Amino acid sequence: MRQMFEDDLKEIKMNIEAFAEEVKTALIRAVDCLYEGNVKEAGKIIEDDAKLDERETEINEKAILLIAKQQPVAKDLRRLIVALRIATDLERMGDHARNVAKATIQLGDDHGIPIPDEIDGMKKIALEMVDTSMTAFEYEDISIASKLADVDNRLDDTFGYVVKDLLNRSAVNTEQIQHIMQVSYIARYIERFGDHVTNIGESVLYLNKGKMISLND
Amino acid sequence: MIEMQNKAQTPKNQSTEKKTEKVPNIYEVDDLNLWYGNDQALYEINMDIPQYQVTAIIGPSGCGKSTFLKTLNRMVEMVPIVKTTGAIRYGDQNIYEDKYRVEDLRTKVGMVFQKPNPFPKSVYDNVAYGPRIHGIKDKKTLDQIVEKSLKGAAIWDELKDRLDENAFGLSGGQQQRVCIARALAVEPDVILMDEPTSALDPISTAKVEELIQELKKDYSIVIVTHNMQQAARISDRTAFFLNGELVEYQETDQLFQNPEDKRTEDYITGRFG
Repeated sequence: MRQMFEDDLKEIKMNIEAFAEEVKTALIRAVDCLYEGNVKEAGKIIEDDAKLDERETEINEKAILLIAKQQPVAKDLRRLIVALRIATDLERMGDHARNVAKATIQLGDDHGIPIPDEIDGMKKIALEMVDTSMTAFEYEDISIASKLADVDNRLDDTFGYVVKDLLNRSAVNTEQIQHIMQVSYIARYIERFGDHVTNIGESVLYLNKGKMISLND
Repeated sequence: MIEMQNKAQTPKNQSTEKKTEKVPNIYEVDDLNLWYGNDQALYEINMDIPQYQVTAIIGPSGCGKSTFLKTLNRMVEMVPIVKTTGAIRYGDQNIYEDKYRVEDLRTKVGMVFQKPNPFPKSVYDNVAYGPRIHGIKDKKTLDQIVEKSLKGAAIWDELKDRLDENAFGLSGGQQQRVCIARALAVEPDVILMDEPTSALDPISTAKVEELIQELKKDYSIVIVTHNMQQAARISDRTAFFLNGELVEYQETDQLFQNPEDKRTEDYITGRFG
């Protein structure tokens, strides 16, 4: 009975880790499309987001069924609550990758705007954050989870820099303002993506401590 | 006395006392040890039991929880080889002092057992049994006590037209509530319950659990239960016993969400026991 429950918990954990990999892939593909101006591939990313939504549903259903069947308490209960929350964050992160793809389509394939290198830099930070969050989640390690706050600050700083740069550009390229806006939205989506990763870090802290500790301040 | 209270509030392995509105204690257990012959069954128990609350005792079989419950009304003395040290204060008296009259204690402390144990008598006679022993003979007074007790045990509406029937003919859940009514009839302060729902079906269990919530307005309740969800649902404080030791004693919400002791966590999450 106990072993079955342990196995089920392990399976949910593996599903979440696999889900995180898929979300990372979605962001990598979306940013690649942006730089390549690949509108067709961007369309596929939008379609594929439905699969990420299904992942969330699957994990939620498994976790809720286990709560009902095993009536877990204490850390076991938190493990399942945290699984539900992380699945929701990953799904939202997938949405932000999809939003990047949507903005790429809005920009079209000959917008003539140079995409700042910092967007790729933001993507790299965001991916690093996902890896950190999943290591913290796997080992239920609060010191690793706490590192996310600093990395997220780096992401926020880069976002601030990109927006400032784009604002300056829009002042001298008023006819391209629509396109410049789209690029700043993209930076915003990646910044929000990072916020959800810090939520995952907070979930790991909650799992261990049994109380909410913010990493977003 | 003050020194004893301080001691009792910080039992072994319990570091902090959370969100305490100070409730008066009905019992204060101080350094209680108990042996069955040469075998020690309880070790240095320090525990305050608050008035008008439900205190649950959980732990694996053989951990001493039923033994502990039976120390609270000195029923444990029915085993002749039992020896105890330490004190249990009820009100301002140590119930283990030689001069303490156990009869006084039993009047104030009612008990309900795992298996419903009505007498082979009518419902009415079951409930009127205690008051009659205490010398009440007046029919009208007895009628009132029986009605009040059955109402208190949330079974009056079901049984008011069946008071003359033999209690053995009732369902298990009804029998158990009649036993609770029988305990209430002598107007105790405390009700001890030893796994009161383990022989009942889920519907009867729910009724008894609801009843416990009602009863705590007027009585202090100590319940031993194997059903951890039940402890979580109905109790205000929970004590976890293991191998005769009180491992952790906490607000129930705290104990089931975030226990302080690893052994408590392992037990409530089903990793042993």
